[in-house]
Amino acid sequence: MSSPVAPYTAKDFSSDQEVKWCPGCGDYSILKQMQTVVPTLGIKREDLVFISGIGCSSRFPYYMNTYGMHSIHGRAPAVATGLKLTNPNLSVWVITGDGDGLSIGGNHLIHLLRRNLDLNILLFNNEIYGLTKGQYSPTSEFGKYTKSSPLGSLDHPFNPLALALGADATFVARTVDRDPVHLREILAAAHHHKGSSFIEVYQNCNVFNDGTFAAFTDKAQKANTTLELKEGKPLIFANGEKGIRLDGLKPVVVNLSEGFSANDLWVHDSYDATKAHILSRFFDDSLPRPMGILYQEKRFTYDEAFANQMAKAHEILGEPDLDKLLRGKNSWTVE
Amino acid sequence: MSRVKELQKVTIHFAGDSGDGIQLAGSQFTNTTALAGNDLSTFPDFPAEIRAPIGTVAGVSGFQINFGSVEIDTPGGRPDVLVAMNAAAYHKNISNLKNGGVVIANTAGFDKRNLKLAGYAENENPLDSKPQDIQFHEVDITKLNREALLDLAISPREKDRSRNMFALGFVYFLYSRSLENTLSFFKEKFASKPEVLEANVRSLKAGYHYGDTIEALQRYRIEKAQLPAGDYRNITGNQALALGLIAAAQKANLDLFYAGYPITPASDILHELARHKNFGVKTFQAEDEIAAITAAIGSAFAGGLAVTATSGPGMALKTEGLGLALMLELPMVVVNVQRGGPSTGLPTKTEQSDLLQAVYGRNGEAPVPVIAAHSPADCFNAALEAAKMAVEHMTPVILLSDGYLANGSEPWAFPKAKDLPTITAALAGADVENYQPYQRNENLVRPWALPGTPGLEHRLGGLEKEDITGNVSYDAENHQKMVRIRAAKVSAIANTYPPSHLLQGAATGDVLVLGWGNTLGAIKVAVGQALAQGLAVGQLHLRHIHPLPSDLKSILQGYRQVLVPELNNGQLVHLLRDQFLIDAIALDKIKGQPFLAEEILNKIKEIATHE
Repeated sequence: MSSPVAPYTAKDFSSDQEVKWCPGCGDYSILKQMQTVVPTLGIKREDLVFISGIGCSSRFPYYMNTYGMHSIHGRAPAVATGLKLTNPNLSVWVITGDGDGLSIGGNHLIHLLRRNLDLNILLFNNEIYGLTKGQYSPTSEFGKYTKSSPLGSLDHPFNPLALALGADATFVARTVDRDPVHLREILAAAHHHKGSSFIEVYQNCNVFNDGTFAAFTDKAQKANTTLELKEGKPLIFANGEKGIRLDGLKPVVVNLSEGFSANDLWVHDSYDATKAHILSRFFDDSLPRPMGILYQEKRFTYDEAFANQMAKAHEILGEPDLDKLLRGKNSWTVE
Repeated sequence: MSRVKELQKVTIHFAGDSGDGIQLAGSQFTNTTALAGNDLSTFPDFPAEIRAPIGTVAGVSGFQINFGSVEIDTPGGRPDVLVAMNAAAYHKNISNLKNGGVVIANTAGFDKRNLKLAGYAENENPLDSKPQDIQFHEVDITKLNREALLDLAISPREKDRSRNMFALGFVYFLYSRSLENTLSFFKEKFASKPEVLEANVRSLKAGYHYGDTIEALQRYRIEKAQLPAGDYRNITGNQALALGLIAAAQKANLDLFYAGYPITPASDILHELARHKNFGVKTFQAEDEIAAITAAIGSAFAGGLAVTATSGPGMALKTEGLGLALMLELPMVVVNVQRGGPSTGLPTKTEQSDLLQAVYGRNGEAPVPVIAAHSPADCFNAALEAAKMAVEHMTPVILLSDGYLANGSEPWAFPKAKDLPTITAALAGADVENYQPYQRNENLVRPWALPGTPGLEHRLGGLEKEDITGNVSYDAENHQKMVRIRAAKVSAIANTYPPSHLLQGAATGDVLVLGWGNTLGAIKVAVGQALAQGLAVGQLHLRHIHPLPSDLKSILQGYRQVLVPELNNGQLVHLLRDQFLIDAIALDKIKGQPFLAEEILNKIKEIATHE
């Protein structure tokens, strides 16, 4: 808060380490957008910390010229929690993937979200285990053929955003590696949100799961398959031809050329929890996939409450006096 | 008029149902005894179930205290006095009572139902066929207590809840103790419940006065112990451990960050720390054991004095986190309050069976310093030392305690804050140019650079790192070098130890009794008695399990035989063979109970060379 933040450029956030993701990996774009957006956020470089688990996405901290830790599989949310509680001034970013965050580390993720520490979580979802060479992940579609599921996987996939909402996350958004502008907008919004910001990034693994999100990134298809959420605006997609209206709690796709106008449509309100739950369930081919901020709410953060409690303890218990503490309530003296 | 007899030491065993408030009665007797100036040692022993089946032997909760005007090193072997609140408590403990001992029996707990639950045959009541050499006080505590509370507007059930205090009052009378400490404890504890306060006060006094009304009752007096001069308080191991951590944080000028997941018998450390947040103590109850250790790692990265505590099963879960901490070379204290294992094992019983897990139990070449506390009060020193070692050597340190130390208590000559050792963290200042995370000092310790410091931005990780820069490296030569550097760094910690010293005996002799952890008191008594009997024995007790002290081998070689009493299946013996090729003799006890001095003495006599 004191000294002004130096005018950084993206280059200032690029570490001297060679980036070793596969050529064509979606992770490159996410890294680039992060390096591009952080200079605009007003954070000092020394106050930025990236914490990751294990997996392709979790190599991310090595490439950011900030503080960072490549921790162990699934545990980044817990590491980040200890970090943030010890130094609440830091801007903390958890980098995880669908295996790291939703399988081995699922427990930590939901507890981080319910506690609502003021930090950001980027879940790179490529619907596959990449670093272990192509097993199905907890977000892979049912029946997926992989090396570990030659007859098709039997697992019903997680819906990451519905899971985050179920854990009472206070900021839930989706974006995609192929849309740099949107990705940067969401990263910035996550930073500005006070609380745990959960971002699912659709990320293409061009080696083990190429094109899994093609329906949402392919120019010819994406107008019909995605729905860009804009605060206060009606839900319109397909180049303005279609919209979504609510019939009770049921979303219905309507054709705007067939007697419906924008006034009939569902207007996006990211502070409406009920609508956010419905939006998160736009998860099959019958409805376009929402992109943007599905939900946000203002709720006290754990780190803030933690600091308040520390201050209150100080008020009630007084100045620390180690000698008094060691003596305790009942002592006696032997001459 | 009662007669008063002088005694040097007494062992009392309080026993009753796990809902009978035995632990409370025991700890009150302990605090009062401590304030009366006796030396003492306690051993609470209770079932893992909160309310185990009422009236059964499995549901018996016990609390033993050994106190005296002489030095007390153990909670005593066979008790002199058994307070049995019901038939099950009697059944479980009577065979252990000393010949000529005293039983205080609550006769209401010996009714038909209780006798059956305790496993006595139809129409069998042990009070009808009492052993001749034991003195009995048969008191209908339940009835007398109800009468004392007759006009109180509380339910009969609530009235019965304070009958433990009637029993305590009676024992206070027998041992000429003051009621003051317990009365003021009531005032504080029941401040918001005046009728409960009144019930407890009346019960305690009624028990005391009951003693006064019995004709020709034998009373006892135990003079103050000749403890070394100083200020004392009574303390349990878990409390002492928590205070040691707070003291370390104060001396290191760091905020204590403690992350834990509830687990018996470690939870009281969290409870104690959570009461002292004004010392900058941050406590975090994590979602699981793994989150607890990894949150501690996050805190260590940010500059906290990071601590997590657990017991055996939790330690197993923390293994991967420990590996990360040693790879990152961040300071952290991991406390294992050992209990009976394996798996869930015996949660409320004590054991020393996680020693090899602590020393060896990680993937890869993963050396971590291991130190062990040896008495309840010593948990303070051990915690302080573990924290100092972690911070000054940039390494996770495992601190071993156990259920017996954690819940047991003893008088503690607490130190003055100014006399505690200083702790100097290896912090890198913002003025460091060209910061290299793995550039080491003469002790092979790397500098601790905290996020928020401009110019020291760096990345750490669990992948093998290049020497000096810390960048990811898969280079073959580098890996071998780094493995050896990490080992050498931990080995070098042994250079900071004070010289080992024998607690008893000469530098050379027949049998050296080598212990670690909670066996100290029992070994001390046993070796003392063996010396008195003219045997050439010595006593050495290890604080440092890994690395072992460099002078240990020569001390061991001064004796013809080395005897290692352990509450496990011979784990330290393995370590000694591993490191010194010394064939030590194991005395193992794996019963969830601490050693009795006589068990060790018998073994010493068995192996001693009789000329």
